[in-house]
Amino acid sequence: MCMPSGPGARVRGKPMIRIDQLIKTYGSVKALDGVDLHVPAGQLFAYLGPNGAGKTTTIRILTGLTKLGGGRASLNGHDIEKDALAAKRQCGLVPQYINLDSELTVYENLDIHGRLFDMKPAVREAGINEMLTYVELRDRSDSLVKQLSGGMKRRVMVARALMHSPRILFLDEPTVGLDANIRRRIWALIKKIQQDGTTIFLTTHYIEEAEFLADRVAFLDNGRIVAVDAPLKLMAGLGKWAIDWLTDNGMQTSYFPSREAARESAAVRENGFTLRRVNLEDAFLSLTGKKVH
Amino acid sequence: MHGILAVYLREALILKRRLKRQLAGMAVSPLLYLIAFGYAMGDSVQFGGHTYLEFLIPGLVAMSSMTQSFGISTDINVARFYWYIFEEFQAAPVSNFAYVTGEVLAGMTRALLSIGVILVLGLPFGVVLHYGPLFWLAAILNSFVFASLAVALAMLVKSHADQSLLTSFVITPMAFLGGTFFPVERLPVWAQKILFLLPLTHASNAIRAVALGEMPDWRAYLVLPLTGVAFFILALGSVNHARD
Repeated sequence: MCMPSGPGARVRGKPMIRIDQLIKTYGSVKALDGVDLHVPAGQLFAYLGPNGAGKTTTIRILTGLTKLGGGRASLNGHDIEKDALAAKRQCGLVPQYINLDSELTVYENLDIHGRLFDMKPAVREAGINEMLTYVELRDRSDSLVKQLSGGMKRRVMVARALMHSPRILFLDEPTVGLDANIRRRIWALIKKIQQDGTTIFLTTHYIEEAEFLADRVAFLDNGRIVAVDAPLKLMAGLGKWAIDWLTDNGMQTSYFPSREAARESAAVRENGFTLRRVNLEDAFLSLTGKKVH
Repeated sequence: MHGILAVYLREALILKRRLKRQLAGMAVSPLLYLIAFGYAMGDSVQFGGHTYLEFLIPGLVAMSSMTQSFGISTDINVARFYWYIFEEFQAAPVSNFAYVTGEVLAGMTRALLSIGVILVLGLPFGVVLHYGPLFWLAAILNSFVFASLAVALAMLVKSHADQSLLTSFVITPMAFLGGTFFPVERLPVWAQKILFLLPLTHASNAIRAVALGEMPDWRAYLVLPLTGVAFFILALGSVNHARD
C-alpha cells in the first residue's frame, strides 16, 4: 500500500506545538517512545490511537500535568519545562473527565479560572459572558454545576478552556460518553473554535470524529507515531470502498477503488457482507495490524 | 498574587456553601469533650488553681485549630483523587508558592472559624478567659504549622486512604498527648522530652498560659513559626511530586 508521510512529519513555518523525541516511562512501561510532532498555527490536529497508546500522556505532558521523561516540547515557542508558566498561558485544556467544581456555579467555576490566568475583573466578566453565549449556556450561569447534564458540563469545560483566549486548545477525548446528538453539537463547536483561529490538538479513539474534524491526523501505537498526514492521504493507498465479511477466522476486509468493484466482489460471497467506505480505522489497521478500538 | 487569591477564593466559596454543616461539624467533638470531661468532672479536678473547664478550653482551642487546619488535606485529596480539580490548578500559570499559600490560608481560615465555635461553646459554661494578642498569635501560628503540614502531606500521598492513615498516626496521637487534656508536666521526664518535640504541645501551653492570664513560654513563639516555615517549604517542594 501507499505509505503516507512518515512518522514525525514536519510542517513548514514556525510550529505552534513542537514535540521532539518525547519520552515517558512508567516503571518498565514506555508510554511514549520518542514522539516527534510539529503542529502549525490554526490547524486542527487529531491524535488517534487505541486506549493506552499514549494519547492522554502526551497532552498531560504538554499541559504540565505530567513530568517530561525525556525529549523537548514547546508551545508557541515557550519550552514547557524551562518556561513552564508562559507555556501554560498559551493553552487551554479540556480533559476527558469532568473536572469542574460541582459545588460551585458555572459562573464561579469560570471566574476562578479567569483569576488563575490573571484576567482583570472587567475582562473576566466579559469573557465569562462571551464564552457562555458561545457555548449556548448563558442562561445557566448561576446554576450549580451538579445540576447540569453531561453535555452541558462538557460545554462549560470548553468555555472555561477558551475564556483566557489561548492560542492552543487541547481536547482530550472531548465527546467520550456523550450521545450522538450532543457529540455532533460539540463537533460543530470545535469547528467554530478552529475557524476563529485557535490551534486544536485533539485526542480521540472515535474514527468518525478524527475524519470529520481533523486537518491532519497522527496514528499513535505503543507510544510511537506510525503515520502523520491528512485523513484522505492516510486512507488513499487502500482504495475508497471496503467490504467486511465473517469467516471462521474472524472478520475479513477487502478494499476496492470503486463501489462497483466492491459490489462485484461481494456478490460472490455466500454469507452476509457489509459494504462501506474506507475509513481511518482501515488505514490504522493496515499500518499496525490492530484496530483503534 | 492572583494565583493565591484564586486558590483561596475557591476554598472560601466551598466553605461558604457548606458553612452550616462545617460549623456543626466543628462543634460536635469540642461540645462532647466539654460535657464529658469538663462539666461532668466539675470542680473535682483542678490544675494550678484553675478548674478543669478553664484548663480544657484553651487545650481544645489548640487541638481544634490543629485538626481543622489539617483538615484542608482531605479537601485537597478529594479535589486531587476524585474530582481532578487539582489539575485545573496544575494546568494554570500559577506558581507552587501561590498554590501552597492559597491552600494554607484556606486551612488557617477554617482553624480560626473552629476557634470561634469553641469560644462560643464555652460561654454557657461561664468560663472567663483572656484572649489577648498573644493568644491569637499562638493560635494563628499553630494553624499555619498544621495547614502547611496538611498541604505537604496531601501532595505526597498516593491515595486518599494513605491520607487517612497519616491522620490516624500523626494527628490523633498529637491531639491526645499534646497537652490538650492534661498537663504534659505530669508525665515522666522522658515522655515530656518527646512530647515537647510536638508543635501542638507548645501551642497548647502558650494558648493556655495567655488564656489563664499567665506569661507564656517565649520558646513557643519561636518553635511554631520555625516549624511552620519548615513544613511550608516541604509543601512547596511536594507540589511537583504530585505530577505523575
